[in-house]
Amino acid sequence: MASNEEILAGLAEIVNEETGLAPESVEMDKSFTDDLDIDSISMMTIVVNAEEKFGVRIPDEEVKNLKTVGDAVNFISGAQA
Amino acid sequence: MARKVVITGLGATTPIGGDVPTMWKNALKGVSGARTIEADWVQEYELPVTFAAQVTTPASEVLSRVEAKRMDPSTQFAVIAAREAWRDSGLEEIDHDRFAVAFATGIGGVWTLLDAWDTLRAKGPRRVLPMTVPMLMPNGPAAAVSLDLGARAGAHTPVSACASGTEALHQGLELIRSGKADVVMCGGAEAAIHPMPIAAFASMHALSRRNDDPEHASRPYDTGRDGFVMGEGAGALLIEAEEHALARGARIYGELAGTSVTADAYHITAPDPGGLGATRALKAAMFDARVQPSDISHVNAHATSTPVGDKPEYVALKTALGSHIDNVAVSATKSQTGHLLGASGAVEAVMTVLAVYDRKMPVTINLENQDPEIPLDIVTTERTLPAGDLVALSNSFGFGGHNAVIVVRSV
Repeated sequence: MASNEEILAGLAEIVNEETGLAPESVEMDKSFTDDLDIDSISMMTIVVNAEEKFGVRIPDEEVKNLKTVGDAVNFISGAQA
Repeated sequence: MARKVVITGLGATTPIGGDVPTMWKNALKGVSGARTIEADWVQEYELPVTFAAQVTTPASEVLSRVEAKRMDPSTQFAVIAAREAWRDSGLEEIDHDRFAVAFATGIGGVWTLLDAWDTLRAKGPRRVLPMTVPMLMPNGPAAAVSLDLGARAGAHTPVSACASGTEALHQGLELIRSGKADVVMCGGAEAAIHPMPIAAFASMHALSRRNDDPEHASRPYDTGRDGFVMGEGAGALLIEAEEHALARGARIYGELAGTSVTADAYHITAPDPGGLGATRALKAAMFDARVQPSDISHVNAHATSTPVGDKPEYVALKTALGSHIDNVAVSATKSQTGHLLGASGAVEAVMTVLAVYDRKMPVTINLENQDPEIPLDIVTTERTLPAGDLVALSNSFGFGGHNAVIVVRSV
C-alpha cells in the first residue's frame, strides 16, 4: 500500500520517463492533455507502466475518466485498497 | 528539357564516422568499421557470425532520450542523417508544400518488431507498447524525417533490399523532374544488427565468417572474400531543382544527372551471372544523364565482398562501358563500412558526390590478392580525379533482382 504522495512521485517518474517532463511539473491538479500535453499513445504507455509499478489494473474504459494527475492518483489508491 | 537537379546537402551516420566530415576523412584514409559485437546475445544464441560494422556514434549520444524512445533505431539513424543534410544545405525559408521525402530502408523496424514479440510472449498483449506499429513500419524513417523537417509534398519509402538507398535518389529525381516537388530529402537507413537477421543472413551463407579477424573480413574483389559484413547507419542527400538552388545562392556539390532502376527477373537472390539486369541499369542511367561511357571516370561499386556477387557487377560494368572500363577507377567502400543494406546506396551516394566535389576517391581496403577474373582498376590508396568535367556512377543491387544506378556530374 502506497500513500498518495508515493503514488504521485511514482507517477511523476513514469511521466518523466515517457515524455521528458520534469517530475515536479506533474502535480495533482494538472490535466494530462491540457497542461502536460500528453497524447493518447503516451497516455496508454503511462497507464500500462503504472499498472505494473503499482500492481493494479486500470481498465481501458476508466482511462478516459483520468483527466488530471489527481484522478489517476486517486484511482490507483482506490484500486490498491 | 528535364529540370536539372543538384545536390546541396549531405548527412550520414556510419560505421566509419558519425557525421559526413568524419566519415569522409576516414574513407579517404581507409579504415575498417567492423568489430566483434559486444552484446550478450552473440554468445546466448551461439551465432555463427560474431562481428559487424556498427555505427561509431550511438544514436543515444545525438538524440534526446524521449525523442529516441519513440523511434526504432533505423528511424533514429534516418533523422540524425537527415538533420545533418538539412543543416549542411543552409536551407531556412522553404515552401514546405514543395518539399518531399524519399527515404528508404531494406528491412525496417526489425528491432521494434522482435522486441514487441518478446514482450507479447513474456508479458502478454497489454504490455505491447502503443507506439509499436509506427515504430516498426518500414515507412517509419520517411515519416519521421517528414515530420521533423516539415516536408509535406509526400513522404516516400522505396523498398528494394540493398538497392533501396539508391532507388530513393531515383525517386527523388523523378519527383523534381515531374514538378511534384522542388526539394527532396533522399536517403536510406538500416538498423538490423540483431541476432535474428544475423542468423538469417548467415543461414543463406551471405555473411563473412572471419570471426577472428573482423577488420579484414570485408574484402571486395579479393580472392579470399567469403561474404559481406553487416553494417548499419544512414545516409541522406538533400537534392533540389537547380533553379531553386541558384536562386538562394546555395553551395552545390554536384548534379544528380541521371538514375535508373531495373529488375533481373532471373532469381530471387542470385545475381544474373551475365549481369544483364545490371548492364541495362547502367546503360539506362547513362542515357538518362545524357552521358557516354567515355565520360565516366569513377565508379562507387556495389561490391559486397561475396564470392558470387562481385563478378557479375564487373561483367555488367565491362559490358556497359566497353573498353573504356580500363580508364575507370573503382572504389568498393563496403570494404570499410560493411554492408548497410537499405542504407548502403545512400551512404555510397554521399561518397560519390564528395569524390566528384573534392576530386578525391575513397579507398578500397583489404585487397591483397585481386581476383584475376575481375581485372578492374581498384582504388586502394587515396587518389585524385583530374580537373574538368567529371562524371561518376554508383551502383546498388538487391535481393529480388533489383538494380539501381545513379549518375553524378561535377558542376
